[in-house]
Amino acid sequence: MDFASVVFYFLAAILLLSALRVITAKNPVHAAMALVLAFFTAAGIWLLLEAEFLAITLVLVYVGAVMVLFLFVVMMLDINLEELRRGFWDYLPFAGLVAGLMIVEMIMILGGTNFGLTAPEPKPADFSNTKELGRLLYTDYVYAFELAAVILLVAMVAAIALTLRRRPNRKIVDPAWQVKQKRADRVYLVNLKSQKPEAKSEEDE
Amino acid sequence: MSIGLNHFLLLGSVLFAISVLGIFLNRKNVIVLLMAIELMLLAVNTNFIAFAHYLNDPAGQIFVFFILTVAAAESAIGLAILVLLFRNLKSINVEDLDELKG
Repeated sequence: MDFASVVFYFLAAILLLSALRVITAKNPVHAAMALVLAFFTAAGIWLLLEAEFLAITLVLVYVGAVMVLFLFVVMMLDINLEELRRGFWDYLPFAGLVAGLMIVEMIMILGGTNFGLTAPEPKPADFSNTKELGRLLYTDYVYAFELAAVILLVAMVAAIALTLRRRPNRKIVDPAWQVKQKRADRVYLVNLKSQKPEAKSEEDE
Repeated sequence: MSIGLNHFLLLGSVLFAISVLGIFLNRKNVIVLLMAIELMLLAVNTNFIAFAHYLNDPAGQIFVFFILTVAAAESAIGLAILVLLFRNLKSINVEDLDELKG
């Protein structure tokens, strides 16, 4: 057993155990932390497959951004855990059957055969995976790259628009409304004749 | 025995099956449902990268790049909807989402 196999089996065991922890943890914060471990371990497995740029991206984008967002949301919400956990294991036989069948089917298809593919020669030490991906992204896949940028922009606008809370009593004047106002609508002058004060009657005194 | 392509593919499929199990078990908790979907995407991405490595074709890695982009957008919008949902219902239980009476 060579070193790469040892690393693979070690990382795969951690990945599967942390994935099981994600789906069974009582507390969603623990589930999120287990998911962080799963992403980190998966990044290690991607490094074994010589996808250095994507491994670092997984750690930066997923562990650094998405999981922090998850943790923010989990901690912000006041969740009734007992209500959510009631009947948690009820569907285990059915779910286990489905998942077990999926694993058996995949083993029947994938086990033993490697589709005739063997590991390619390792790339030289000065080979830059990032440079190769960048060259492809800005030439062959530039159209898809720009579409991805638009998707991110739309997602950002959508997330802000969904969670924006409009307060009813804020003191902001709408400029369009302000410009539309006419003097005639707001002020009118009353022609009031000047008059003498009435003479006081003698009987009051 | 050294590791080959099928080791990575089997790891991906077992991870996928675990997240299917998680979607069944956590059917009430929307947050853990979103986490299970993230795990599924991770399994699929592992498959893509394994094939990209063994076919010696970086197109698979480019595909993973785009999947990561879309998945990040999806989880941001999903969590925004979740926050909105909690603000309106004071609950994230899937069974309380019966407003549409479908």
